[in-house]
Amino acid sequence: MAEAGTNGHFKVIGTRPIRHDGVDKVTGRAKYGADYSFPGMLYGKVLRSPHAHAIIKSINFDKALKLPGVKAVVTSADLPEAEDKAEQVGEAAMNPRYLSMNILARGKVLYDGHAVAAVAATSPHIAEEALKLIEVDYEVLPPVMRLEDAMKPGAEILLPNLRNKEEGDNPTNVAQHLQFKRGDVEAAFKAADFVVEREFRTETVHQGYIEPHNAVGIYNADGHATIYCSTQGAFDVRSMSAQVLGIPVGKIKVVPAEIGGGFGGKTTIYLEPLAVLLSKKTGRPVKLVMTRAEVLRATGPTSGSKIRVKMGATRDGRITAAQVWMAYEAGAFPGSPVAAGAMTILAPYAIENVLIDAYDVVVNRPKSAAYRAPGATNAAFASETVIDELAEKCGIDPLDMRIMNGAKEGTPQVAGPPYKRIGFIETCEAIKNSEHYRSPLTGKNRGRGVAAGFWFNAGMQSAATVNIHTDGTASVVTGSPDIGGSRASCAMIVAEVLGIPVEDVRPVVTDTDSIGHTDVTGGSRVTFATGMAVYQAAQDAARQLRERAAKVWEKTVDDVELRDGTLYSKGNGVAPMTIRELAKRLARTGGPITGRATVNARGVGPGFAATCIDVEVDPDTGKVQILRCTVAQDAGKAIHPAYVEGQMQGGTAQGIGWALNEEYVYDAQGHLRNTGLLDYRMPTCLDLPMIETIIVEVPNPGHPLGVRGVGEVSIVPPPAAIANAIYRAVGVRMRELPMSPPRLLKAILESGRAYSPSAQEHQAAAAD
Amino acid sequence: MATAVIPSLLRGLTGGKERVRVSGRNLREVIEDLERQFPGIRSQLTEDGELRSSIAVSIDGEIATGGLLEPVGQGSEIHFLPALGGGA
Amino acid sequence: MNSHSMANQAKNLEMSKKVRVETTINGEATEFLCEPRQSLLEVLRDVLELTGSKEGCLTGDCGACTVIVDGRAVCSCLMLGVEAQGKRITTVEGLANGTGLHPLQQKFLEDASLQCGICTPGFLMSAKALLDRNPNPSEAEVRYTLAGNLCRCTGYDKIVRAVLDAAKAMQSGG
Repeated sequence: MAEAGTNGHFKVIGTRPIRHDGVDKVTGRAKYGADYSFPGMLYGKVLRSPHAHAIIKSINFDKALKLPGVKAVVTSADLPEAEDKAEQVGEAAMNPRYLSMNILARGKVLYDGHAVAAVAATSPHIAEEALKLIEVDYEVLPPVMRLEDAMKPGAEILLPNLRNKEEGDNPTNVAQHLQFKRGDVEAAFKAADFVVEREFRTETVHQGYIEPHNAVGIYNADGHATIYCSTQGAFDVRSMSAQVLGIPVGKIKVVPAEIGGGFGGKTTIYLEPLAVLLSKKTGRPVKLVMTRAEVLRATGPTSGSKIRVKMGATRDGRITAAQVWMAYEAGAFPGSPVAAGAMTILAPYAIENVLIDAYDVVVNRPKSAAYRAPGATNAAFASETVIDELAEKCGIDPLDMRIMNGAKEGTPQVAGPPYKRIGFIETCEAIKNSEHYRSPLTGKNRGRGVAAGFWFNAGMQSAATVNIHTDGTASVVTGSPDIGGSRASCAMIVAEVLGIPVEDVRPVVTDTDSIGHTDVTGGSRVTFATGMAVYQAAQDAARQLRERAAKVWEKTVDDVELRDGTLYSKGNGVAPMTIRELAKRLARTGGPITGRATVNARGVGPGFAATCIDVEVDPDTGKVQILRCTVAQDAGKAIHPAYVEGQMQGGTAQGIGWALNEEYVYDAQGHLRNTGLLDYRMPTCLDLPMIETIIVEVPNPGHPLGVRGVGEVSIVPPPAAIANAIYRAVGVRMRELPMSPPRLLKAILESGRAYSPSAQEHQAAAAD
Repeated sequence: MATAVIPSLLRGLTGGKERVRVSGRNLREVIEDLERQFPGIRSQLTEDGELRSSIAVSIDGEIATGGLLEPVGQGSEIHFLPALGGGA
Repeated sequence: MNSHSMANQAKNLEMSKKVRVETTINGEATEFLCEPRQSLLEVLRDVLELTGSKEGCLTGDCGACTVIVDGRAVCSCLMLGVEAQGKRITTVEGLANGTGLHPLQQKFLEDASLQCGICTPGFLMSAKALLDRNPNPSEAEVRYTLAGNLCRCTGYDKIVRAVLDAAKAMQSGG
């Protein structure tokens, strides 16, 4: 475990080789889930509820079955009844009953787009025609669309069996209340020189991956099923599908296809059990692919939220107290990321007195799913705006305020133990010393804002094998779907350990039968945890190579060194032997060499990001233009710097979209109005400048190479950074997301401050 | 003896105490000891003989991966936290 | 609620009667049978098994299905298969010259311009159409022209750099 301590003298780690799957992806050869085709394959489509909240009185699909080309129809009657309890599946606890109800509605539909039935037919067009022939009798109920309505006494109840500890046996829409408490906030607020208390509201946003969900199910006569799908976690697809279908895990094999983006949204299941059910009924492979409208209506977006933050500081800028009330919309079933929101909202700071109350609330929207640092972005929008206000009151530069109050090694976390070695202060200083921050920003209606963010990063389970081929090259096999270039990093780690060129290591992402249990690609964990397994497997292979050379040379393994792809005998008399030369002789000296390792990774190192954004606001339209953007992030150790930069830039872009334009728009009946990518408005390349990145490396003491996860945290700071920039541009504090042109314009006009002649005319006109 | 840090909403069961001394060689024994001191607390932390899936445990700064079998050392600090998910 | 009238059924039967189309795809004379209601994207992927063009939205908003038709970048989800009659179509599968990658493909790899890669074929085709027309675009021109291709992974930084790098390489005969 010594490599992090060596003076960083790596040969491969830290370089930027071309990724091994790259050629297939630029030539269109790579197979994503929707690209799969099998002989006799049928096409499936899903009938979805047109109501946000209704009781299903009956479903009749006789006419659909009669349509030529239709081979099967399934409803929740084809699924076993599931248990009503929390169970460990994947990263978080999931109630099997709710999971099943989300796959196919049972008794009630709970959001516009909720799956009610599925059809398999000989063409996707016939399947769609068949949907129109399925007759569903609904009793429509009043929809509850926002957490404020769901939490009111006497609110319409979504889930009659839902209870929380505090309300005893009363039906409720509040699934959970969490609290974190330390010290005495009341006394600290009284003693503070400055207190700022603000309320914030964020709207539902979607992960926005360009590739819709897909699944191909093949059910064999022997009771075994194979699922091909684009997923972030084949093993979770397997266990969740097994649970929903009521069949043993061992009867399902999941083959992860290449995946066109996930960001957390593809760590759960929607189509997979339907594909298997329809295949079972028809005896043929069945492929289902969602349309974009289905993706937006019926797959987990992240939570809208309401957050109140109160912070107190002494005159010198020390934050002494923080109190938070936060409620997140979980969608139709419990499980918003409000707990993570509560644990991240104050994470970058050392604050003695803290009280956080957090609520998980169900509403008639699709069940929320993870979205890149789930829960943290909503929270940071609130806290990082309040800190900016406090800094202004104290007369302190906003970065200095953060550095002064910054968490370090030994600072106790809000929930949990003291931090080990972390890089928050270094990350803030990187922005402070950046060329961007040091250069002046001039011009009207322009402003600069900064904000910080935190994410835990995850460890969890991974497995890896390293095979030595007979020509001295190697393959490394893992179960971690590659969404950002991680298989290249795995190959680089093996190349580094064995001392062979990275082009000589073939990384393979494999299915659930072919590798040990591996948890999701998510939680910023692949380079950390799968990388750790890969590192150990490579060390195992290296050791076996040394043992084999020792055997050939009639020495002991301690007499043999492996360096730069060559085996050396300590002492004299024996010529060195390359791995290539030894590999040729494996069969006749003892047999194949395969290194293996499994980890339930410990030593996770949390990550921090800090972002600086310059904006220009058009005071006549409320449009915000991003002029310049710099993000600094502590990666611990960047294995492949180009892909670390890619994560930082991608997360920042998503944070900018969340800040400025993205939101779900529902009508009064609870129908989603913006079901396409024109009106669910994500950033285009015309909306963004180049995104400057600064990789900070404060090594994680828990990882052999110093790695921290990097995938998520960069999405956290941008909304607050932009809000803080808007304030400096036009004097308006935005407390709602998105800060879209209509909202910002309204705020500018209401603020009564004219920043341009035309703005003054608008106000005069509005006042008439 | 180790120290268990009690989550805020369970301090009603511990008479308001946030930090509690506990004995035990592993998490199972520590929770048994907590139950002896504060009856009713075990069912908040475990279900069907396992740690509740909604709860994670950190021991001396490391998330415990061995469930109730996770060893606890002298002077260890034990935190009970909500179990979390992540995206990418 | 729709009732499936006789008229509808008849219409669907008509729409499902296949039409023979003759076209040129990636330089090869190609003929196929397709239903009038099938988009060009569907034909490419499901009939011709050219799955390099991707489906992202089916409403022409994401550009993942971009192909080049008679020199113009077109969303193949917005074009019908039958409209391909007599046209010259280039898809991502036709970008490389045998196993020799096009400079755009090479730069996308060198500049790490793809993460999940689903938007990459669409970007490559839009960028090719741009460079065929304007061999030396500015960064602003690149961003303007490619604004119809969405990427959710990269924030576009490395994509724009790759297009500019490819333009430079092609100018110097690379």
